[in-house]
Amino acid sequence: MTEILANTSARASAKHAAGPKRVTRRPNWLAGAASWIWLAIVIVPIYWIVITSFKLQSDYYAENPLLPPSAPTLANYQLVIESDFIRYFINSVVVTVGAVAPAVAVSFMAAYAIVRSGRGRFLRYTNSMFLMGLAIPHQATIIPVYLIIIKLGLYDTPMAMILPSIAFAIPLSVLILTNFIRDVPKELFESMRMDGASELGTLWNLALPLTRPAVVTVTIYNALTIWNGFLLPLVLTQSPEQRTLPLALWTFQGEYGINVPAVLASVLLSSLPILILYVVGRRQLLAGLTAGFGK
Amino acid sequence: MPALLFFVAFGVIPLIGVFWLSFTTWDGLGEIRMSGFDSWRAVLTDPGLPHALWVTFLVTALSWAVQTPASILLGTFLAGFQRYRAVLSVVYFIPLLLSSAAIAITFKALLDPNFGLGAGLGIPILVQDWLGEPVLAFSVVIFVVSWQFIPFHSLIYQGGVRQIPRSMYEAAELDGAGRVRMFFSITLPQLKYTIITSSTLMVAGSLVFFDLIFVLTAGGPGDTTRVLALDMYKRGYMANLMGPASAIAVILVLVGLALALLLRRIGGRDQTHSQLEGV
Repeated sequence: MTEILANTSARASAKHAAGPKRVTRRPNWLAGAASWIWLAIVIVPIYWIVITSFKLQSDYYAENPLLPPSAPTLANYQLVIESDFIRYFINSVVVTVGAVAPAVAVSFMAAYAIVRSGRGRFLRYTNSMFLMGLAIPHQATIIPVYLIIIKLGLYDTPMAMILPSIAFAIPLSVLILTNFIRDVPKELFESMRMDGASELGTLWNLALPLTRPAVVTVTIYNALTIWNGFLLPLVLTQSPEQRTLPLALWTFQGEYGINVPAVLASVLLSSLPILILYVVGRRQLLAGLTAGFGK
Repeated sequence: MPALLFFVAFGVIPLIGVFWLSFTTWDGLGEIRMSGFDSWRAVLTDPGLPHALWVTFLVTALSWAVQTPASILLGTFLAGFQRYRAVLSVVYFIPLLLSSAAIAITFKALLDPNFGLGAGLGIPILVQDWLGEPVLAFSVVIFVVSWQFIPFHSLIYQGGVRQIPRSMYEAAELDGAGRVRMFFSITLPQLKYTIITSSTLMVAGSLVFFDLIFVLTAGGPGDTTRVLALDMYKRGYMANLMGPASAIAVILVLVGLALALLLRRIGGRDQTHSQLEGV
């Protein structure tokens, strides 16, 4: 492992030296070393999850934990899938899609309104209220949310998780989208208006296409947060039929705690959709987040 | 403005509601009765509160101290453009994709004194009761928090470093400044606002650190890792004392707001602008 690492970094720094003009041609040893150490810290647990999930329980106790399984097996995955995994998976999909789509839609409209008619007092207050929403820890409002959900008769339904998720996603989404819509040149909006386009038409035909990367970023980011959410399902549902994946993982760990390979298989399975989403949208997500947060 | 509607219904009203509920008695199911300052008296005289505050402060401060330098270094490094750095950043981002529950479960198994990594490899120093000893359990929490969030913050710093004008480095190089010198006299000062942004997010995040600690240690051993958010959950949903739990929630909100304002203050007046633009 270290040999490979050393090789790669030697090659990389050779390329670095030969590469196009850069301000400093010498490699940044300190940060470079830190990055390799960190890579190891990140990769070892992930690698361990993957190989262990294919091990027999007996081999798990007997084998070197960092070596691939001598007798790879899918038994753990079979066990997990037979334990209602599909149902939890569907619940998670329902909650995530059900919350992300409206959250992005309403945030986009709000952001558009804030940018386009930014002088209005009402909208200015609205905007600063959203910004305040960033500083206030959402979890602190969980008890009243719980009360509202009960009063609405939604306790222990998917809606119980969807509605607050939408609200919690709005402040950050509006912020990121506002930043991007603001970058659209004013002249474009004005010429659209000259052509007699309606506000909705402008929003749909001009603002949306131009800010697509931001919309993608916000969508993936919210999907990530909601898919992984733990507190809302924990507090707002009760029956096993309504569990989403993170909560199911937790209860599964209680039931099968001793069967570590099976628990890790469920960890891996539950993360798979997000990993795939990340692989597909990685470029836009990273670019969007760097721009959105890094300013 | 449907966005406003949602936000008011599930953001603003609950915020007011939490103040109101802190003056009531409610077991989570039955009737809600006004009970004045009872809940507040119960919470404020409970020796558990200073402890939970202290633990929350320690988690926040220590995870900040671990994450910030590491994220700045990594972010600076990742801001280069070589191909292998892109590959690195793919891997770096993975911890952020996993749910806190998944991460906590993984590390619980990995650190198990009997069957975990240390025991399996036969390395005695790794065989510890990681989650059973107060100091160790606390360190594990900080480590796992950092494991989960350093990738995200290095991303923020990567964005910050990319925005530093090249010409500053060129000028410094003409003056014969070395890499370390440039880092301290250009990169770091230029990252000032990024540091504030990242710290604000970090602090706000650690205040409400709940799921990871809940699954990893459930606050234990004893109450060693019982942070405020966990305290709120345990009082509210395990002891059915919604009033006191709401009082804790109010404290959380106040601490969160105070810290956000403090950080903005440290950032100076310019920061107000950059903060609004860029959190």
